[in-house]
Amino acid sequence: VLRASGMSKRKSIDTTEYFDGHFQGNRDGYIQAIISSSTLYIGNLSFYTFEEQVYELFSRAGDVRRVVMGLDRVQRTPCGFCFVEYYTREDALNAMRYVNGTRLDDRIIRTDWDVGFKEGRQYGRGRSGGQVRDEVRTNFDVGRGGYGKEIQRQMQQHPVTPF
Amino acid sequence: MPKRSYSSESDEDDDSKVKSRRSEISDVENSLESLILRVGKKSKSSLESNLEGLASVLETDLHSYKGKILKILCHCVVRVPSEMTVYTTLVGLLNASSFNFGAEFVEMASRLLKDCLNAGEFSDALSCVRFLSDLVNCHVVESASLIAMYQSFVSVATSQPDCGRIQSDCYVLAVLSSLPWSGKTLSVTKPAELNNLLTNIETYLGGRDRSFLPMVRVWSTDTPHPQEEHLDCLWAQIRKLQSLQWEETLIVRPYLAFVGNLSEALQHALPPFSPTVNPDHVYPLPRCVYRMFDYADCPSDMPLLPGHHSIERCLLEEQISQIISDHRLERRLCAKALVAHPHYDKLPMNYMIVEVIFGQLLSRESPVYLEVFYGSLLIELCKERPTTIPVILAQTVQLLYERLDTMHITCIDRFATWFAYHLSNFQYRWAWDDWLDCMQPNRDNNSPKLWFVREVLAKCLRLSYYQRVCEFLPETYLMLVPPEPMPDYRYKSENRQVEGGEDDIVGIAESLIMTIKAKGNIQEVVEVLKRCPKPVDEFDEGENLVNSIAIDVFTQTLFFLGAKSISHSFSALAKFHTVFRALAETEESQILMLKSIYDLWKNHHMMLILLVDKLVKSQIVTCRSVANWLFSNDMSGDFTRMYVWEIMNSTLKKMNKHVLRLQTELDAVEEKLGKTAMVDAPSDIQAEAEALQERLEQAQAEQKNLFLIVFQRFIMVLGSQSMSKEDDPDGNTESWFRVVTERLQELFLVYNQQIVRYTSTLENLLFTSDIDSHILTVFYQYKALRS
Repeated sequence: VLRASGMSKRKSIDTTEYFDGHFQGNRDGYIQAIISSSTLYIGNLSFYTFEEQVYELFSRAGDVRRVVMGLDRVQRTPCGFCFVEYYTREDALNAMRYVNGTRLDDRIIRTDWDVGFKEGRQYGRGRSGGQVRDEVRTNFDVGRGGYGKEIQRQMQQHPVTPF
Repeated sequence: MPKRSYSSESDEDDDSKVKSRRSEISDVENSLESLILRVGKKSKSSLESNLEGLASVLETDLHSYKGKILKILCHCVVRVPSEMTVYTTLVGLLNASSFNFGAEFVEMASRLLKDCLNAGEFSDALSCVRFLSDLVNCHVVESASLIAMYQSFVSVATSQPDCGRIQSDCYVLAVLSSLPWSGKTLSVTKPAELNNLLTNIETYLGGRDRSFLPMVRVWSTDTPHPQEEHLDCLWAQIRKLQSLQWEETLIVRPYLAFVGNLSEALQHALPPFSPTVNPDHVYPLPRCVYRMFDYADCPSDMPLLPGHHSIERCLLEEQISQIISDHRLERRLCAKALVAHPHYDKLPMNYMIVEVIFGQLLSRESPVYLEVFYGSLLIELCKERPTTIPVILAQTVQLLYERLDTMHITCIDRFATWFAYHLSNFQYRWAWDDWLDCMQPNRDNNSPKLWFVREVLAKCLRLSYYQRVCEFLPETYLMLVPPEPMPDYRYKSENRQVEGGEDDIVGIAESLIMTIKAKGNIQEVVEVLKRCPKPVDEFDEGENLVNSIAIDVFTQTLFFLGAKSISHSFSALAKFHTVFRALAETEESQILMLKSIYDLWKNHHMMLILLVDKLVKSQIVTCRSVANWLFSNDMSGDFTRMYVWEIMNSTLKKMNKHVLRLQTELDAVEEKLGKTAMVDAPSDIQAEAEALQERLEQAQAEQKNLFLIVFQRFIMVLGSQSMSKEDDPDGNTESWFRVVTERLQELFLVYNQQIVRYTSTLENLLFTSDIDSHILTVFYQYKALRS
């Protein structure tokens, strides 16, 4: 197959750089599942984004089979991510090409390949119940519960007294 | 034995020698390939010197690697059309040093053209024709034989009796679109033949039936810009080019630097062509040229935007389309490539880029690529040129809004869908007050501007949420704020009419809720439903649950319980699937079920769309029932709304996908059968094939039935509207009629490939001469499209 030359090396859209530590199997099995997957992980959602909004945006890339919202492990409320399952990989690829990096609920969202939804994977893995990234981040994010959890804990222990 | 071992040793040596020779060959071939593919790219030295250098390298390799070089060059003909003149020059230089090479290339390229035509690959065939045409400028091809090839193409159009317009247009297009390259040379070497050819083309084009035009136009008027049929426009552009002695400024012609060298080369004749028309091929449908801007729309500090009939406009549009096509899988690279066009700063190319993108997005049959591709591409372009592109986009939106009154409903749909998406990426900031005129008192719901604004807001609501929409809309838009997307449950306790007793339906609903919340099983739920009173004038279906009250109570209650999110509703559906199946036994009961869902969720279009989709996919409701429900009286209020047509199209597409899937499965099994020996083909594969065949035929019959029902309902609903002026003082019926007729047109156009099989049935059964002439016109337009 002759390819047009002049293309620089860059990340392949067919695979992910994320390796799920909870995956049952070896790395080869993981890669196999990824390159045949038609499920996407969607990150940087607002905690307040509805499932129907996800359907509306992602249906523009193809027929969505289902959306599974990510939930805080403790509170069972949305914690800012979800899975979108398409019927075909081609539709999921189109979401990677055209929806990744655009906005949902005024936030730039990120799409990435996922091995496939299994019960239990909808829960956040951070210590407080949400996503790990919300444990450690230092910025204030109105759509994701304010400050990161560690900072919130620090603020509780050393409250700033107003003058 | 020593001798044997000696010979085996030398075999090994030979093997490794062969292997290393093979890898040596492939190394050389790879580097040749890379050299050839890179010659047109930007580099420190000029294109001409790169070409000269490459030609001399290849000349030394012609002897050993001729086959490979020929293959690579032929690949470039169809895969790198944007650099065509680079490769025609290269072929010219090689031909100048080796007559035989030139002969072999011409033969190979001609064969490639024949193969493309035979395979129905028309855009590749077009690239071949252009390449061969440009070779006349490089002294590789004789003018006489090029003109002869053109003549044979045009004669397909003019003399073959069984050749329809759609096929002839293809061949005439091949000639016309190559003339910008070969016109000048031919006008010098074969002026009389060229004029003769052009006269023949003119006669053909003048005699074409254009009654299909309303099917492919975006606007129904030619003000302010004429929307010409594509070939007509191209013809005018070629005519104008001829009047300018074939001088144009855009095409890069590297061969001009080698005139001395090339003019000494010997030329070859093209083999004779006898193109035929293959009825199995899918020929491209006609289209209109999309024009949104002219020079007056662009800032005056730039050179003028080329006029509608200038060949430059045509060539630039083609170049832009080619860049979009090359990078359609990578929106960021696409945007970068578009703004890197060599003429980007010399002409108002940014206007042309936006025009081409909208032309593809609003293309009547279907957008050329996914709508979301264009949306995300425009966002990338805004990032690449933040001071200019957003301004042009705002200008575009305002311009399109002003011309909405004559825009086809399909295009208004796409425009509204895109605009809401675009706004959702820019915090919904827009000068809404500029559009207050859409709410003028005499505008009815179907008047285009009002319809457009309502649908944009409905889509914004779907992408965001109710409070957000209230936030970004000014107070002047109070009457247009879409209703809050909450469920409207009929059996709330405050709706209770009768206290207790068997007519207390609210009470039954409450028992149902309690049973389900207490994790009751299906039997318990059925027992509650059996308490529903049977409506007096309905046929008693024995002991079955089938009655309208039971259907309504169950459907509304269950989906009300699942109202929290679509996932909750889907689980409810899955859990009580058998009850749904039992309730939805007949088409009538299915339509009642759909009505119940509509009554519950009419303010939440996304929910409605997803639930109807799920019911069809779970085989609780058939595609037929959905179609009949959408045409029912209950839906007449919302009939022209965008979400109704989303459901209609989604249902038709589901049916088509189902048939296609069965066809693919059957093809796979038949291929397996074909591979095994004919005599004892395994009987289980045989049986599988037969079973699939039966299922496929049944599905095809259902598909035909579905389309026929939809057309029949269209005729009924359009025919029932009186068209007299006395009955319609405000023109409301007129605008409704226009919208619905345009929806019918859309149906014919979008599904034209499936419907073509039913044309005779449609003609004899449905679109008969006694039907209203407005409706019949649409049918004739459709027939003219594919003729």
